[in-house]
Amino acid sequence: MSAKVDGLYLPSGLPIPAAEPDGLSAPYWTGLRENRLLVQRCARCRTWQFGPEWICHHCHAFDVEWTEVEPRGRVFSWERVWHPSHAALKKHGPYLAVLVELPQAGGVRMVGNLLGDPMQTVEIGAEVEGIFEHHHDCISPYSLLQWRLC
Amino acid sequence: MARRATERSLRGRVAVVGIGQTDYYRHGASPDPEFKLALKAILAACADAGIDPRDIDGFASYSDDRSEASRLAAALGIHRLRSATMQWGGGGGGCCAAVANAAASIVAGLSDCVVVFRSLAQGQYGRFGQTDGIDTISGEKAYLMPYGVLAPPQRFAMRVRRYMHEHGVRQEALRAIALASYHHAQSNPRAVMHGKPLDAAKYDASRWIVEPFHLYDCCMENDGAAALLLVSEERAKDFRQKPAYVLGAAFGSGHRTGASPHNSPLYASASFDTVAPDLYRMAGVGPTDVGVVQAYENFTGGVAMALSEHGFFRAEEANEFLTLDNLIAPSGRLPLNTSGGNLAECYMHGFELVLEAVRQVRGTSTSQAKRSDVALVIGGPMVTPASNLLLGSEAVL
Repeated sequence: MSAKVDGLYLPSGLPIPAAEPDGLSAPYWTGLRENRLLVQRCARCRTWQFGPEWICHHCHAFDVEWTEVEPRGRVFSWERVWHPSHAALKKHGPYLAVLVELPQAGGVRMVGNLLGDPMQTVEIGAEVEGIFEHHHDCISPYSLLQWRLC
Repeated sequence: MARRATERSLRGRVAVVGIGQTDYYRHGASPDPEFKLALKAILAACADAGIDPRDIDGFASYSDDRSEASRLAAALGIHRLRSATMQWGGGGGGCCAAVANAAASIVAGLSDCVVVFRSLAQGQYGRFGQTDGIDTISGEKAYLMPYGVLAPPQRFAMRVRRYMHEHGVRQEALRAIALASYHHAQSNPRAVMHGKPLDAAKYDASRWIVEPFHLYDCCMENDGAAALLLVSEERAKDFRQKPAYVLGAAFGSGHRTGASPHNSPLYASASFDTVAPDLYRMAGVGPTDVGVVQAYENFTGGVAMALSEHGFFRAEEANEFLTLDNLIAPSGRLPLNTSGGNLAECYMHGFELVLEAVRQVRGTSTSQAKRSDVALVIGGPMVTPASNLLLGSEAVL
């Protein structure tokens, strides 16, 4: 297994996230860079929504507002990845991805990595807190939201 | 006078009269370019039916097949092109929907003889299981790929893990699905895994791709093409082969299945919660009438979900139902993937499964099921739009 570089969970060289040309998810990605987790919440009917869309799926109000939420949740599902599907992951060894449910934000879910020992036992339902992981050393700096057990 | 909405149906209105495929290859092993593979499969289907290829007047496919309808029409010198339908998205979820779209165009009077096909040379255009590059990405992929959730195994493993958690499904249930495909492939000379049997010990010892998927839970990556010919029921008996009639077809998904990333309300699902009832309603049959099933294995866990959602067992019964004995022809409770399927015949994006259902109805499979007058195909699970198809013999019309 390779060493972690600059505190990053996975090696650099993986695809770089960016907002769409129409800017739909720009507030989300900008928020992560500022250590803030933003999720859409409709100002009219209060429905939570993630990933973002231009319209509220419940009441059809346009331009759904972004609301800051506390980055904590619980593990909804998980996977331990062994086979490298990208050149950047060759010889890296296993890693954990988790799907985290945010009860305080209408139960929306987001995918991240579970920090710590990749061979740890993962329990569905475990409480986790978010850690902002900043990637400065690339053509287009960005930040990810990772998770660790509380 | 307008027909009532309840009378709108494909049931018995069209039939498959020809099937054809190329040799099936490991990815990168095809001596032929992808477009040539498509042409070969189409000509083979025409030869099977005994039809002049110039009489084809429509094409239908899915998953953005690169062999375009107009190029095929020009290359084959067909008299005229009257329908060209491409099913949106969903990868292998479209393998049955493409047949439904072709059938609908015939029933609607838009065309008379439609080829449905898939041509795919992963060795020439890139493997589904590998990604590369450090380009910026947007949309759904941006929420997944930076975390190493890159290729289909990683995109679907968490769905299956959640399903296993919610219903107590064990690894042995997934294993039985893999063993059934490999078992049937040993009787099928077309199968890429013909002569390469799999047993429980070999499965258990195989490496993890991503937990809970061992190597043998994952489909292959292949080169090849497969095609079938559809005509209206009035003409079904004008050709060489016993017709396989469309009893029903359905596609789509339930409420907000497409909410990404991983935000579909029914997460631990194969996306057939609305699609399976639609199919049975159109076909006028139920799960107990189905004698044999071809169910798309992107991953074995998706097959378990899909079979359950089609009413063959409750999710809580998966461990009891999904055993090798139950899943093999001729006399298992539900012979499954009798050609070897995506795991062991060829990953022709599920279209090889449609052809196998036709063979079952004809009675010409290399692993013929005892009951095969009603044959089910289930397209790629866990995607949207998903699709399914019921074929039947004249006896069940």
